[in-house]
Amino acid sequence: MADYKALKNGGFMRQAQKDLFSVRLKVVGGNLTSEQLAGIAEIAKEYGNSSVHLTSRQGVEIPFVKLADVEKIKEALKAKGVDTGVCGPRVRTVTACQGSGVCPSGCIDTYPLALAISNRYFGQELPHKFKFGVTGCVNNCLKAEENDIGIKGGYLVEWIEPECIMCGVCLKACREGALSEVDGKIEIEEEKCNNCGRCVKSCPTDAWKGTPGYIMSFAGTFGNKMAFGVRVLPIIHDLETLFKISDAALDYFSKYGKPGERFRAAVERNGWDGFTKAMEKAYEEALNGTGA
Amino acid sequence: MELEHDDLVDVTDVVCPITFVKAKVAMEELDEGQVLAIRMNDGEPAQNVPRSMKDEGHKVLKLRDNKDGTLTLFVRKVGE
Repeated sequence: MADYKALKNGGFMRQAQKDLFSVRLKVVGGNLTSEQLAGIAEIAKEYGNSSVHLTSRQGVEIPFVKLADVEKIKEALKAKGVDTGVCGPRVRTVTACQGSGVCPSGCIDTYPLALAISNRYFGQELPHKFKFGVTGCVNNCLKAEENDIGIKGGYLVEWIEPECIMCGVCLKACREGALSEVDGKIEIEEEKCNNCGRCVKSCPTDAWKGTPGYIMSFAGTFGNKMAFGVRVLPIIHDLETLFKISDAALDYFSKYGKPGERFRAAVERNGWDGFTKAMEKAYEEALNGTGA
Repeated sequence: MELEHDDLVDVTDVVCPITFVKAKVAMEELDEGQVLAIRMNDGEPAQNVPRSMKDEGHKVLKLRDNKDGTLTLFVRKVGE
């Protein structure tokens, strides 16, 4: 009898129909080359029913693949530069919007970031499935807070007085009402600023400087149970810190999560205080250049 | 204070993205260096039209609050 569990772990999802599989492909940040797409089309025709399913998390599955063709389709995919995906209790597909490489609203380059995250964590075994999502700005097209770790791009903004012509555009571009003109100067109410960067992007004279950063959210889930990811740290400005914090979050889940328990449930059961402290510790260590 | 301008377009009768389209068409009638005044409603147009004009490569000079629920954006045309 076929080892269905091993097949599922490797991205071969059992269908309702006996010994037919929907084959999950590895896609990072919803990005595929024309060559990969053409290859997938060809393979779906040869081994499936000439269709693909686009998954809710930017993945591609080829349904109606026969059990007898599992090894053959793996080889065929590999030859076209396409890997199979994963299922089960591990780090899943990393999703991303197009980010600053394509989108005018983007504050961070999401695709290389999604790739780096995928290269570091994809397939890593954990108590349950674990999802990363990367969105380029606070418009949040990729819905960061649905993910176990969500990463949202933002700008930490600074007004550059000598460049300012007091045109008034930023005062209106800001949707949060965080900016005001007081005695010929622009004042920011830091607690209102949501790091959207609209002041920077709308300014006609470069009188706003925006330093790109990552806003991380933790323990979001959007399945049987729904809960938004929670932000417990300030905006982060470098990839190394982001990775150290992500490492710490995955370590926490490995250590405190029960098998079959989602990250959210593990954090809630063990308490947000302890989790927050663990994240703050990783953040401090990364900033100070200490720790593992 | 009335800023000097070469043409005025009123986009208070339309909503985004037609506000920008109307402003863009008006801008096409101008020569490089001339100034277009764009009267728009507060809210969404005021948030988006100035940035769109910047993204088109024009030089935003001033966004004036008319204190009647409208604003006037003054933009200098850059490029033909």
